[in-house]
Amino acid sequence: MLGIASLHEMKSNSYSRVLLWLAPLTFLGVLFFYPWFRILAFGLSFETLKPDNLQLAFHVLLFTSYQAILSTLLTLLIGLPSAYLFARYEFRGKSLLRALTTVPFMLPTVVVAAGFNALLGPRGWINLALMHLFLLSNPPIQFVGTLGAILLAHVFYNTTIVIRLVSNALSRLDPKLEQAARALGADHRRVGWHVTLPLLRPSILAASMLVFLFDFTSFGVILLLGGPTFATLEVEIYVQALQLLNLPLAALLAFLQLLCTLAFSILYSRLSAQLTIQSAPRAAHPPKAKTASEKVFVLAFCILLFVFFVLPMLALPLRSVSRLDADRGQQTPIHYGFTAGYYAELFINRSNSLFYVPPINAALNSLGYAITTVILSLLLGFPAASALAKPRALEKILDPILILPLGASAVTLALGFIIAFGRLLISPWMVPLAHTLVALPFVVRALQPAMASIPDRLRQAASTMGASPFRVWQTVDWPILSRATLSAATFAFTISLGEFGATLLLARPDYPTIPIAIYRFLSLPGALNYGQAMAMATLLMALTTAGIMIIEKQRLPGAGEF
Amino acid sequence: MLEVCGVDKTYEAQPLLQNISFVVGASETICLLGPSGSGKSTLLRMIAGLEFPDAGRILWNGMDLASTPPHLRDFGLVFQDYALFPHLNVFDNVAFGLKMKDRSSEEMRARVAEVLDLVSLRGFDHRKVTDLSGGEQQRVALARALAPRPRLLLFDEPLGALDRALREDLLNELRGILLQTQIPAIYVTHDQEEAFTLAKRVLLLHDGQIVQQGAPADVWSKPNSVWVAQFLGLGNAIEGRVVDGKWRVETRFGVFTVKCAHRHQVGENLHLLIRPLAARAGMNQIRARVMDVVFQQDHFKITFDGGLYFYVKDEPKIGQKFGIKVKLECLG
Repeated sequence: MLGIASLHEMKSNSYSRVLLWLAPLTFLGVLFFYPWFRILAFGLSFETLKPDNLQLAFHVLLFTSYQAILSTLLTLLIGLPSAYLFARYEFRGKSLLRALTTVPFMLPTVVVAAGFNALLGPRGWINLALMHLFLLSNPPIQFVGTLGAILLAHVFYNTTIVIRLVSNALSRLDPKLEQAARALGADHRRVGWHVTLPLLRPSILAASMLVFLFDFTSFGVILLLGGPTFATLEVEIYVQALQLLNLPLAALLAFLQLLCTLAFSILYSRLSAQLTIQSAPRAAHPPKAKTASEKVFVLAFCILLFVFFVLPMLALPLRSVSRLDADRGQQTPIHYGFTAGYYAELFINRSNSLFYVPPINAALNSLGYAITTVILSLLLGFPAASALAKPRALEKILDPILILPLGASAVTLALGFIIAFGRLLISPWMVPLAHTLVALPFVVRALQPAMASIPDRLRQAASTMGASPFRVWQTVDWPILSRATLSAATFAFTISLGEFGATLLLARPDYPTIPIAIYRFLSLPGALNYGQAMAMATLLMALTTAGIMIIEKQRLPGAGEF
Repeated sequence: MLEVCGVDKTYEAQPLLQNISFVVGASETICLLGPSGSGKSTLLRMIAGLEFPDAGRILWNGMDLASTPPHLRDFGLVFQDYALFPHLNVFDNVAFGLKMKDRSSEEMRARVAEVLDLVSLRGFDHRKVTDLSGGEQQRVALARALAPRPRLLLFDEPLGALDRALREDLLNELRGILLQTQIPAIYVTHDQEEAFTLAKRVLLLHDGQIVQQGAPADVWSKPNSVWVAQFLGLGNAIEGRVVDGKWRVETRFGVFTVKCAHRHQVGENLHLLIRPLAARAGMNQIRARVMDVVFQQDHFKITFDGGLYFYVKDEPKIGQKFGIKVKLECLG
């Protein structure tokens, strides 16, 4: 950190700018671009481009798009009325409800999957309740392993994108436009159709694009709730690479995936460029619902959103402390009720456990990886962010390059590692390196605005009053940067803690992380394994939620939405 | 004919408009003139049906409009910031009201061409409204309001966002259009020049009440309160006290003889207006030290010790004592 002081001093010097970029670019070059080069070489060779490979790729692409389109439409179905609700009405508990809809977006996929499992899975609350009520021997609702589960989880994840982007646009819409239309003879319906909707189109399209992108590249949700039979590009890359050991085909699919994400990303940035035009700040706060139909709409949607966003997150921790069914092989009568047993089990090394280590070791591994990720991504992120804080020609080119790993999915990143450094895989270092690659864009984005917000005049004023370069950094830069650093570190920590896709491909079986352990527990039979999955997922959810709260508190006012 | 009868409106527990009543006759243009915050825009929005009065009624040809939603009122509305639909071109903006009435496309084309002609924007049909200048945008907004042949036009400070030269041009054009189309109109503004140019009748709004109304010349020559005199910038308002039954009033600038509309009692306090132009004759004279002289186009504005100001032809020296014959009027 001491180096930063002198780095600021030398920043006018272009030689030092290259120095700033040296570490981050070397890191990206070795761990992102070189692996991608290997993937391309692998995937686009003559042997790989066989008709049956292409046919499979085409089918996978088709299903990936199909589920993504369905998910996006459903997300709009929930998200658009919700956006209208948040933009146009004032009601009690509004900010709480808004916060509740935001949380899922940042939760790890395993937690969301475990949450839906606790609610609707074969051992979930609803199925167990129905079995007890109607004395059934099998769970009546088949949820896990269906397309419906995938769609529901996607809607759960991404509705907040639609709400944020569209309600933001809606509340900044000049109310005079709608009034002018009213005076010109348009009733409410025609105002909506001819004025409001067309004006919201850019924001709706941008939100749809982003939601589609996330649904298209979703991995954990599909594997955990759908199962490997639902072959999206991501899942198929994983299956081909790890289960069938067909690396060339995996590489071809990864190439296809990259092309698609690139195309969607370009489309999205085009659309979001239009978002800022034509908007006036809304003068007054939105009113309360007045007419009966307005009240019904507000109440109904509040209840719907509350149930939809809270039940899965509530079902999970409750299920983790409730004994509701028999352990595998258990002959004695079941003691229904609260139990801390699933948590206690996490510390015990059962001989029949798949790990041969106590599950708590997975937590320790996760912690170690997360701390390593924080240190690595801060070391790389600081120089990159301080160069980007005062962009010159060089930074205009390097900025998008730094963000590129964000567009590539975690699974393809890991595939690149496997293809490029296959023999090094025995090293547990690969996991935090992959996590750093995923976290780096977030870390830079968290640091850069704070760095750019410090005017040079402050530093100059401090140094004319006799402060040494280190004192300048200590008294001017650090107080402003410390908040941003905390939030960047928290980003890196929570991302590493919850990362599933890359870890699944890269982690050695004897070094599992929390998400991997949850995945294994969930795929094993028996109430005890299920309970332990619930317990671990609850811990992960608590840690991540704490992280989200820290980040939200440190957030600079006026920072961008996405 | 529009009738506004005893309209009250409160905003956040503060009375915004109190007991407002007036009538707009066929093909008449009236102006609501008042400073910002006087409630004049709210009054206009209530007439348009976008807000509702707390008490009182708004009638059209004797029929209460309370249950008529804005889109069935057939009132054209023009905003200060134009409120053009940014996603539609000039033609579609102007045709919007006709489309809402499900007019045929030939009829729409003919009518749009006609009103675009009227506002001197022939051939602008396919331009994007966001590419137009402020003046052009306001012409489009006017054409859009005119196209469906409204029964009444409502203008909410339509020229407020434009610069001075452009404002005068548009004001004269608007006057011509209102005369030509014979559509009755209510024009809201804080600019007396606009109000006097357009309207046969001006209603002055202050603190939510109509404080004076009448033809521009009458309002100008007979302001009925200190506030009206000051808002219109008619001259110096001073306080005085009646000293005898012969129209003599004592003020801190001397004793003057002032004829009022009705006789005041001795000892009664009243307000006087001293117009800034010197009187040709008369017995009222003020003599005081000149504190400041500012050249303004064809005259000098001099300020006396005590704050009174006048316009004179010849430049006096600062510090010199200066005498001037003045015209005094009773306020209220």
